[in-house]
Amino acid sequence: MKVTNIPFMAMRKIVAVFSLTLILISLGSLATKGLQFGLDFTGGTLIEVSYKEAPQLDDVRALLGENGYSDVVVQNFGSPTDVVVRMANSYTATLGDEVLSTLQNNGTTDVSLQRSEFVGAQVGEELREQGGLGMLLALAIVMIYVAVRFQFKFSVASVAALIHDVIITLGFFSIFEVEFDLTVLAALLAVVGYSLNDTIVVCDRIRENFRIMRDTKPYDLVNDSINQTLDRTLITSLTTLFVLVVLFVMGGEAIHNFSMALLVGIVIGTYSSIFVAANLLLAMDVKREDLIPAPKAELEDDLP
Amino acid sequence: MLNKYPLWKYLLILLVLALGLLYAFPNLYPDDPALQLSTQKATAVVDEQALQKAKSALSKANIDLKEAELTSAGGTLRFNSGEDQLAAKPVVAAALGDDYVTALNLVPTTPEWLSSLGAGPAKLGLDLRGGVHFLLEVDTPAALKQKLEVSSSEMKAVLRKDRVRYRSVDIEDGVLSIRFLQQPDLASAETLLKKDFSEYRYATRQDGSDFYLDVSFTEAAKKEIESYALKQNLTTLRNRVNELGVAEPLVQRQGSNRIVVELPGVQDTAAAKRIIGATANLEFHLEAGLDSNGSDVETLTFRDGSGRTARLERDLIITGDSVSDASSSFDENGRPQVNISLDAKGGKQMSKVTRSAVGRNMGVVFIEHKSRSRFVEKDGKMEEVRRSYSEKSIISLATIQTTLGNSFRITGLDSPRESSELALLLRAGALAAPIYFVEERTIGPSLGAENIKLGVDSAQIGLLVVMVFMLLYYKVFGLFANISLALNIVLLMACMSLLSATLTLPGIAGIVLTMGMAVDANVLIFSRIKEELASGVPNQQAIHSGFNRAFTTIFDANITTLLVAVILFAVGTGPVKGFAVTLSLGILTSMFTAIVVTRAQVNLVYGGRKNKKLYI
Repeated sequence: MKVTNIPFMAMRKIVAVFSLTLILISLGSLATKGLQFGLDFTGGTLIEVSYKEAPQLDDVRALLGENGYSDVVVQNFGSPTDVVVRMANSYTATLGDEVLSTLQNNGTTDVSLQRSEFVGAQVGEELREQGGLGMLLALAIVMIYVAVRFQFKFSVASVAALIHDVIITLGFFSIFEVEFDLTVLAALLAVVGYSLNDTIVVCDRIRENFRIMRDTKPYDLVNDSINQTLDRTLITSLTTLFVLVVLFVMGGEAIHNFSMALLVGIVIGTYSSIFVAANLLLAMDVKREDLIPAPKAELEDDLP
Repeated sequence: MLNKYPLWKYLLILLVLALGLLYAFPNLYPDDPALQLSTQKATAVVDEQALQKAKSALSKANIDLKEAELTSAGGTLRFNSGEDQLAAKPVVAAALGDDYVTALNLVPTTPEWLSSLGAGPAKLGLDLRGGVHFLLEVDTPAALKQKLEVSSSEMKAVLRKDRVRYRSVDIEDGVLSIRFLQQPDLASAETLLKKDFSEYRYATRQDGSDFYLDVSFTEAAKKEIESYALKQNLTTLRNRVNELGVAEPLVQRQGSNRIVVELPGVQDTAAAKRIIGATANLEFHLEAGLDSNGSDVETLTFRDGSGRTARLERDLIITGDSVSDASSSFDENGRPQVNISLDAKGGKQMSKVTRSAVGRNMGVVFIEHKSRSRFVEKDGKMEEVRRSYSEKSIISLATIQTTLGNSFRITGLDSPRESSELALLLRAGALAAPIYFVEERTIGPSLGAENIKLGVDSAQIGLLVVMVFMLLYYKVFGLFANISLALNIVLLMACMSLLSATLTLPGIAGIVLTMGMAVDANVLIFSRIKEELASGVPNQQAIHSGFNRAFTTIFDANITTLLVAVILFAVGTGPVKGFAVTLSLGILTSMFTAIVVTRAQVNLVYGGRKNKKLYI
């Protein structure tokens, strides 16, 4: 097997500009458009029904309007026969059943309830807070673990790479207006774990090489380390992407956005573990002494 | 010798894998749709006779029964299909009558010898099995207010008894203020009340010429009342859910003032909601005499919508809390009625009051605590404001013919449904504080089945794709990795079953994701071995150092992912928790299979042999 020798670090500047641009676009979109929060986070009512025969959405809207349900969003969900009705917060305990019977009432329409969800406004807000807190907690714990197992510079670099991945994935959801619900948040945390996994493998190799390649400059050493782990990084990402594509295509509507978040996140995560973390390490002037403490010679000098 | 495991290590690995297979095995047996028969009454038992009754009713209705058996918890009727099960429920319920509870359930078909070893299939989450999930919030401020109101009338009685003159008593924002005209009255009231009502905090103030005693709960008392209200509500909800007849329900406290209720397999969510959320209770009052004082009388309307009213004494005889048993039936004219039995204390109180009131009328009052939600704009944000109120109406007003004892009946209900629900509520007990639905998720059974199919299909295809890729890329070693991967899934399922963790759709996605990631450890090891071989190291040495040097990397990388998964478990709810569970279990089992099991295979095939070519 031949180890590749791609001058990754020579592309530092281009990569930095690329990453920064992506981050700026993402932040810009998050600031102006925000995220399309799903029911979990906004609160509200959602009813998913399945028709025997595909209905005209306009008819469904009109029917609901006639019965006094204004301000509703009616969409197809996965297939033309499945319809989702979303409503803002105006909950009564029987709303779901009322809407269902309204839809069924239309003569001979054969409609069955697939699911109905109601989330109170306060619960939605709490879930949002909890999710954000969980994300911060995850990053903090990762930072501590890496600082203990490796060294502070490695911990800053890997957490920065993670934040990079999270922001860009969020940006993707914002730009393409994909709904952001609890499962997407879960996927985002999984991306943190996954991307970290990749980054740590690279960092591990850098640490090892500092021990055995004594005369190599950090710049070349980091480049070699990335090349040595490239085979593994790509293959693992590839197998993971395979299964994610399968999930995305076959997993059904319920986990569609979930697998999309993972797909985007893992592509970005693979990119960032090759380029971003190592780049930052060099920018922070990583040295052999950071990992292997200089021998404590001073003590002996004091002896007579 | 290099790359040789001692025999005991192989045996140990085999043992672990055999156990894994054993405990994962029950998942291959599909569950049977079934009806679960149980009884809440001491007088009724689920026995052969009851089963026979159900069986004959089913055969009369032309519904195929797969199997009927008696279990320690009651009886189980298994069916061949979900449609049969649904059709059978009303038939069986009608045949057995009110004394039995009939619940829809999915019953495992694990063979006897497996279940005797404690093996069983993994539990399915609501999103896979269908059912309802409720998150209820207990209105603890209302519980505090109720308690304060009760205390206020008790305090008034104490003050009156000791001839302490007060002007007025008001309750506002959780503070009870008693107004006095003279300072000595205030002082003696404070000493009196402090002695009798120690759970309160007392403060005095002067406003103009008036003196006030402000009574409020101490923090400890507040906590105690709140936690009592929650506990009481939990108990009541558990009773109600049991009465509803749901198999394997979950009623659990969440946080300081919330309760989660999960009812798998429930179809009629409207009825479930009505029963769970009901705050109805009964009160028994005497009708007020013509000469009674206006402030001791309450005028209430009748429930039948006729607009009639009646004047009842405010003092109550007993409440629904004294009811020990209640059942619904019909009176001589075919109208619905509820038969009520009182507990000893309630019965004594009832006979004491009615003995001296023969010939007078007694009113049965139906109370419902309700709330109205309004949205108010506050600081630029819409905020939900709840105002709770109670609705009282008279169910019946009847002349007391003789002294009433422990059991009697009430009539005047609208429909058989109302009488049976009222009986249920009286049996299960009232809620100590009103509750609100803050979250509700209903998943239809067909969606659940569809989700299972989608999940299993994508898991199979995902597995196939990864395996083909590994085989092509790593050849013989790829085969080792594939065997490990398959065993990893077996172990993962075994762990899920053993921990009786709940499998959800995101959980299945977690398993699929683990497949992609589980081969990662093997990829790390194999690329190390390739590297060593490339630098001219002999085969055996390459295998050895490949495994050894990859270990720390695998360990570090997996521990961090595990940490994140644990956090996900902590912050997530429902389906997301399921994802965290499969993800973290998958990481643990994959470390075992990818390192130990793969190594064992490599050692078996290549270990100790010289110069054999490595197909990697």
